[in-house]
Amino acid sequence: MKKITLKMWKEIDGIIQRHKEKSGALIPVLEECQSVCGYLPMEVQERISKGLNIPGSTIYGVVTFYSFFTMAPKGRHIIKICLGTACYVRGGKPNLESIQDEFGVETGGTTGDLRFSLDSVRCIGACGMAPAMVVDDDTYAQVSKQNIMKILDGYK
Amino acid sequence: MNIENKIIINSSEFYFKSGETILQVAERNGIDIPTLCHIKGYMPTGACRICLVEVKGTRNLLPSCATPAAHNAIIETESERVIRARWINIELLLASGHHNCLTCEANGDCRLQELAYRYQVEKIRFPESISLYPTETSNALIIRDFSRCILCGRCVQACNEIQVNRAISYGYRGVTSKIVAVGDLPLNESDCIFCGECVGVCPVGALIEKPSRFKGRAWELKKIKTTCPYCGVGCQINLHVKDNKIVKVTGVEDGPPNFGSLCVKGRFGYDFINHPDRLTVPLIKENGRFREASWNEALSLVAERLGEIKLSYGPDSIGVFSSAKITNEENYLAQKFARAVLGTNNIDHCARLCHASTVAGLAIAFGSGAMTNPIADIEKSELILVTGSNTTEAHPVISSFIKRAVEFGRAKLIVIDPRKIPLAKFATLWIRQNLGTDVAWANGMMHVIIKENLYDKAYVESRTEGFEELKKTVKKYTPEYVFKITGIPADDLIKAARMYANARPASIFFAMGITQHRTGTDNVKSMANLSMLCGNVGIPGGGVNPLRGQNNVQGACDLGALPNVFSGYQTVSDAAIRERMAETWNVESLPASPGLTVTEMVIKAGEGKIKALYIIGENPLVSDPDLNHAEKALANLDFLVVQDIFLSDTAKIADVVLPSVSFAEKDGTFTNTERHVQRVHKVINPPGKARQDWKIICDLSARMGYTMTYRNSDTIMKEINRVTPSYGGISYTRLEKEGLHWPCPTVEHPGTPRLHVGRFTRGLGLFHPIDYIPPAEVPDKEYPLYLTTGRVLYHFHTGTMTMQSEGLNGLAPECFVEISSEDARNYNVKEGDLLRVSSRRGEITAKARISDQAIRGTIFIPFHFAKAAANKLTNAALDPVAKIPEFKVCAVRIEKAWVHGEQR
Ligand code: SF4
Ligand code: SF4
Ligand code: SF4
Ligand code: FES
Ligand code: FES
Repeated sequence: MKKITLKMWKEIDGIIQRHKEKSGALIPVLEECQSVCGYLPMEVQERISKGLNIPGSTIYGVVTFYSFFTMAPKGRHIIKICLGTACYVRGGKPNLESIQDEFGVETGGTTGDLRFSLDSVRCIGACGMAPAMVVDDDTYAQVSKQNIMKILDGYK
Repeated sequence: MNIENKIIINSSEFYFKSGETILQVAERNGIDIPTLCHIKGYMPTGACRICLVEVKGTRNLLPSCATPAAHNAIIETESERVIRARWINIELLLASGHHNCLTCEANGDCRLQELAYRYQVEKIRFPESISLYPTETSNALIIRDFSRCILCGRCVQACNEIQVNRAISYGYRGVTSKIVAVGDLPLNESDCIFCGECVGVCPVGALIEKPSRFKGRAWELKKIKTTCPYCGVGCQINLHVKDNKIVKVTGVEDGPPNFGSLCVKGRFGYDFINHPDRLTVPLIKENGRFREASWNEALSLVAERLGEIKLSYGPDSIGVFSSAKITNEENYLAQKFARAVLGTNNIDHCARLCHASTVAGLAIAFGSGAMTNPIADIEKSELILVTGSNTTEAHPVISSFIKRAVEFGRAKLIVIDPRKIPLAKFATLWIRQNLGTDVAWANGMMHVIIKENLYDKAYVESRTEGFEELKKTVKKYTPEYVFKITGIPADDLIKAARMYANARPASIFFAMGITQHRTGTDNVKSMANLSMLCGNVGIPGGGVNPLRGQNNVQGACDLGALPNVFSGYQTVSDAAIRERMAETWNVESLPASPGLTVTEMVIKAGEGKIKALYIIGENPLVSDPDLNHAEKALANLDFLVVQDIFLSDTAKIADVVLPSVSFAEKDGTFTNTERHVQRVHKVINPPGKARQDWKIICDLSARMGYTMTYRNSDTIMKEINRVTPSYGGISYTRLEKEGLHWPCPTVEHPGTPRLHVGRFTRGLGLFHPIDYIPPAEVPDKEYPLYLTTGRVLYHFHTGTMTMQSEGLNGLAPECFVEISSEDARNYNVKEGDLLRVSSRRGEITAKARISDQAIRGTIFIPFHFAKAAANKLTNAALDPVAKIPEFKVCAVRIEKAWVHGEQR
């Protein structure tokens, strides 16, 4: 687990302080805190709840509603494997599984060393390149078990 | 009514008020539109779309709960299109979960089931989805079955907008949607406080009362309305009965004071009624042990012993403790028994320990010692000042009124309390005063208000007297001087003073944090001063509002269970009143000098001057201050009779124990904290040979040579009407139809929800110049910490009733010492460490609970628990006027306790 450092706590408190008196502060505060910590664990949600005087249940509801927010720490690099129809029939699933096995990570999870987070996505509009993989901002075409590892080697 | 506001529903014309929804117009006119998610009186969420109607000229069907009525709109509520849409909707809802009605608790009381029947949804064409979330059964009170949840959101609205406990919310999204508590934790690990409002509003079987599971189907239960036996809010409840057993409690929805809301005690604290430990036969102590006896034998023995003691030591050697738990009628008889039969004014009850100072203080200032305004006025307040009341725990349903007024209304809240109580979260200003310095901050606020010319001059001039003296006294209470005494920063005090003075109407709510002091009466008078200064007494939404603790503590006072007054606060020292009473009661004469208070009777028992006590439904061995002393004092009596429903700690040391009945087994009335007289109905038969308290008093009285002949509680009320002006017009027939607040002198009188309108009961309101006096005991080297005591939500008083409930015990199993994190660090105390707390009078041990509610230098201990009775520590220093003990302040020291050589 990625620890929330003292410095992060200070930043979080600063964010809360800045938004405190405004209405509709919750979403911006969550966004900013997530960009500080990379994710929104319960301890951070509790701090925000106390600071903004917004019930913890409401905050949890908002965090789990928007897919943008995450309660698991994110890795340095985000891998997205497309499982849309075109990619699926061309072998998206085994590709996904090979990454899971190689790095011991679930879909939606993050590797222990915080190097990668793995997600599966619906069609990304690149069916001509199927099966497709996206790492951070780069899209890769026709990936396979063989070349995936080489590609990922480039992301430390 | 505006002629422009006309609407046509199902071909009939109706008028509507601007802003009314289609649903409201329909309901008002008896047209039944089905609803699921909508809670009457609250903002529609439009979540379920069952209430769809066809509005001519619009393409889509519209939810009637959220659509305002429009002029000349033509509405169809059961057209083919509407029915079709509802039909599909119901089908989808049924398919979205696991709706097997066979063993569902909601069967017979389920809106979805009703709708399926009404719209004849027989087969479901969609595949039933499997539930993502397992049923939550981890707490003792509420079961959450997510497979039956239709996500209507009523529970979320009830928790956030009605109770304002803010424990649950919508979580996740799409097919994974779920109602969640913080962190999606089970309720018992979340912020939930088990008020059960969510259970009450859930239209299906997704939320149910666990203790009621498999105890009876909806149609087998008899449902009878009565009044909650716990706190002074006086919530109206329905007891659901099967086979002489209470199996469920629900709130009565359509009326005051609670409009369906309850707290955890009211909803789940009924186990004591059918408890196997209830007393069922009279007990007589022989050679140190109890044996069962017949009523005849027990009553004759009591009559004989009381008779002997009266003969040899005089009537004033006997005392009676009446009870704030028994009915008005019974309290009336108890004082009649003391005065007419025993011939003494030594009658009192536990109000002495909570609000005697309120009664004394407000009676001198205003002429009437009770809450000035009704509970419903809370929503009319612009500013609410709460001090010395941990409202969310001690008067939960009133706290919801306050939270609603602040969150959804226009009120601002100031909390002045030594602890950061839960209500502080809702406050614009939370102010922390040192213990026992209330007169000082009140004087300080008045100083600022007068200096800045913010007081209501016209009101002060025309409605009050004594202003000049007040002005002189508060002159020296500058914010700087007040800071030295109270520790309240000058800026905060000034801010509070301005907020209070600039808001009209502003109301004050207080409870034992104000009254339970050596200066209790002074504190109360200070509240009265402050309120009058700004013209807040006698107006809607204003007032001085003491929150009374017990269900019928107001009634016990009203009906004369006090040493100095008959019913209706008619003083015993007034010869004319005495004569009139004596005539009605058919006795030669009545004792003229005021009797002893509860606290004094205990002291006199210790000194051997009181020889016998007749204690009805009270447990002084846990509730009295300086318990070690109280225990010895009672042991010193020649004769002790205790009348109760359980063998309480006090009953255990009695010579004779008389089994009485619970509120569910008797008829009568209780008077709640807002002077609202409400009916108590007999719902089940009492266990064994237990008898109603009024019957026991009559039976005893007859054996002592004075016959009281009453057929039922109603006939007692008729006598009360004759001799008690303020209760003159209160009858059972009227109470069935309307709520009555005393004073209600005649049968035509509508009652008086608001006191002192236009004129104070005593004519002019009286200001009292009051100087600050420090508490009797303050911390020193040897005892360096302040101790204050109070309640927790889950228990009531000494726990005689609540501790019979597994569910409540599970939520608050034992005593604790609440301590701030700073003090914990200084004393090297960790959460859960066993602490020994000692004062000059005694010591107890309990586990530490580190909390940000506690402030450095002050610890808090709840007083409910006999095993670690906080009252072994408290100080019995008395208020000189009201004789109320100083429960709220004493000095203690703490150390880690070691059991068998190790920290447990
Ligand atoms: S638990 Fe009941 S009240 Fe709450 S959303 Fe589900 S069905 Fe509605
Ligand atoms: S029991 Fe009360 S506090 Fe708990 S979730 Fe239900 S409404 Fe909220
Ligand atoms: S608030 Fe008081 S009267 Fe209402 S249910 Fe709770 S204990 Fe009973
Ligand atoms: S299915 Fe993968 S990009 Fe369209
Ligand atoms: S009752 Fe109107 S939308 Fe649910």
